[in-house]
Amino acid sequence: MSIEPFTVHTGVAAPMLQANIDTDAIIPSREMKLVSKQGLGEGLFAAWRYKLPGSREINPDFILNTPPYENTTILLGGPNFGCGSSREHAVWALAEYGIRAIIAPGFGSIFYNNCIGNGLLPVVLSEATIRRLAQAIEASPQQQKLRVDLQQQQVCTPQGDCFAFTIEKDARDMLLNGLDRIGATLQYQTQIDAFEKEDRKRRSWAYL
Amino acid sequence: MQGDRETMGSTLIEKILSDHSAIDLGDRRRLIYIDRIFLHERTGSIALQSLQESGRQVARPQQVFCTMDHIVDTFPGRGDETLMPSGTQFIQATRKEAHHAGIHLFDVRDENQGIAHVVAAEQGIALPGLTLVCPDSHTCTLGGLGALAWGIGSTEAEHALTTRTLELRIAKTLRVNFEGTLGFGVTAKDMILHLIAQHGADGGAGYVVEFAGSAIRALDVEQRMTLCNMAVEFSAVSGLIAPDEKTIDYVRDRPFSPKGEQWDKAVAYWQQLRSDDDAVFDREISIDVSTIAPAISWGINPEQTIAVDASIPAPIGEKSAYMQKAIDYIKLKPGTPIAGTPIDAAFIGSCTNSRLSDLRAVAEFLQDKHIAPGVAAVCVPGSTQVKRAAEAEGLHLIFQRAGFEWRESGCSMCFYAGGETFGAGKRVVSTTNRNFENRQGPGVKTHIASPLTVAASAVAGAITDPRQMLTEQAPTRREHQL
Ligand code: SF4
Repeated sequence: MSIEPFTVHTGVAAPMLQANIDTDAIIPSREMKLVSKQGLGEGLFAAWRYKLPGSREINPDFILNTPPYENTTILLGGPNFGCGSSREHAVWALAEYGIRAIIAPGFGSIFYNNCIGNGLLPVVLSEATIRRLAQAIEASPQQQKLRVDLQQQQVCTPQGDCFAFTIEKDARDMLLNGLDRIGATLQYQTQIDAFEKEDRKRRSWAYL
Repeated sequence: MQGDRETMGSTLIEKILSDHSAIDLGDRRRLIYIDRIFLHERTGSIALQSLQESGRQVARPQQVFCTMDHIVDTFPGRGDETLMPSGTQFIQATRKEAHHAGIHLFDVRDENQGIAHVVAAEQGIALPGLTLVCPDSHTCTLGGLGALAWGIGSTEAEHALTTRTLELRIAKTLRVNFEGTLGFGVTAKDMILHLIAQHGADGGAGYVVEFAGSAIRALDVEQRMTLCNMAVEFSAVSGLIAPDEKTIDYVRDRPFSPKGEQWDKAVAYWQQLRSDDDAVFDREISIDVSTIAPAISWGINPEQTIAVDASIPAPIGEKSAYMQKAIDYIKLKPGTPIAGTPIDAAFIGSCTNSRLSDLRAVAEFLQDKHIAPGVAAVCVPGSTQVKRAAEAEGLHLIFQRAGFEWRESGCSMCFYAGGETFGAGKRVVSTTNRNFENRQGPGVKTHIASPLTVAASAVAGAITDPRQMLTEQAPTRREHQL
């Protein structure tokens, strides 16, 4: 499986600062039509993006449909972004739409892990900082792009103000190198076998 | 702090984690051995398919299970055909992948089919002290048995299927102590809704939560599962409750639970499986449950919940914009009491509240009652086994006489995927766990509450405090006895 590495990304950022944007909102269940990771970008934020449920009639008021936010690649989110259902389809839809990074004060934990597994960078910054980022770009989002730098672990405004963020080392390594975690873990196959053998003696009742 | 851990007592969570710590990856990271994996047709099919495409194998198929619950219809006589467009594809792909991988499938017509988290407990697949994952966020339900169970994405499911391990990225432990005695007509559902309303939908973010205290010990095991079910709505990684004698009785003699000598070993292990008295949690919350009233959500997130006898709050404070958005969606006026709001429909079901004890409580309440004219009411048992057991007790007749539809088991109207719904824009009182926008259908206004509150509201045709009807009922009952 190939994952696009994330090093530095500069792009149009759209503020969607409402709290608790859940994965049902990111990709409604009815948009998950096929047993596939593809073809989900069109369903991204479908209930908000289109006028009628299930339709493809553009809602011109939805932020990502407005000209200033064409080609958005970075989302500025509110607290608890991606809470709710575990559906990885939310991340596949965001990625297919072209989102590379999401900056929010906090993320749903399953969503957060799903992002990392798919090369989408989740950045945690305070609400106040995110409001400043939103202010820095709002005058002309197409020109005033945000720069998200995973190597330096910072987000910079076009005016040159930079804000540092922290991220778990392993998550950073995976994103920087586009690593597949399954491949990495399979290197421990023999040790896992050995653990299982011992564990079977200690907790024999737990094995089927 | 962390350095002192060795000399301090351990938490239940840490005990389970260290018994499953297969590989130490350094940097306080470790690969956790996964005892059971549960899949369902909506997210499991894609994980199995993708695993196969990458040429990887399911490492221990005998510890992997799959059910058909999300997409399958719940109408009598249902099969592979679904209301949801393309649902059949999910069902058939899952069947094919499950057979290919050699895992145990609870298929559409299997007598043990049902909602993943209901089946896992009922079949003895989930047990105290086990680690269990499922690509479904409400896997934490099984924490009610003392399992460490959590929801994952599809890629993580593939990881667990093929490596038998997962990394659980957790930093912190939180203990929520529920103390005291629950009031009349107040249930585990009200306890968890109260917690989320008080501490916010992200109040548990980054934590695994242990629920403890006298009020937890007093709950029966199925109520504990109801409570743990909504740990994810608190943004906790998972929630769990230490096993006790009630738990051990509950898991005894289930199809996949240990037998004979293995059972004795398991019991010995479970009996010591609790947080040490001197265990230190990163955070603790205490709640006096006698102050909790029946709860009902008024907005578009479970944190937007009030007591059923309270009024819709005014959108003020730091969350005002979000509250306003909820008010616009839910179409209720701040300052008006939520009780008395007319409803279109009532739903009893979902992995939160669809086990036999839930159905018994509702049936007892519905005796000699009928739902209000114009209200659509549906009851969907959590599993085919629950349905059969309820029918053996005649509960279905009580539901049907009261005006409820009695369905086959599945997720049904807990969520909308183009299939089952009460209809666009309807106002629904529901025993489910999510009142998100459009969750139960386009524009559907969901109010989540306990089974008693849902049943009382269905009978009244409007949101109703179940305690009123329960007290009204008491004298009639006494008359019967005379
Ligand atoms: S009943 Fe609802 S919450 Fe539970 S597993 Fe099914 S869809 Fe998810």
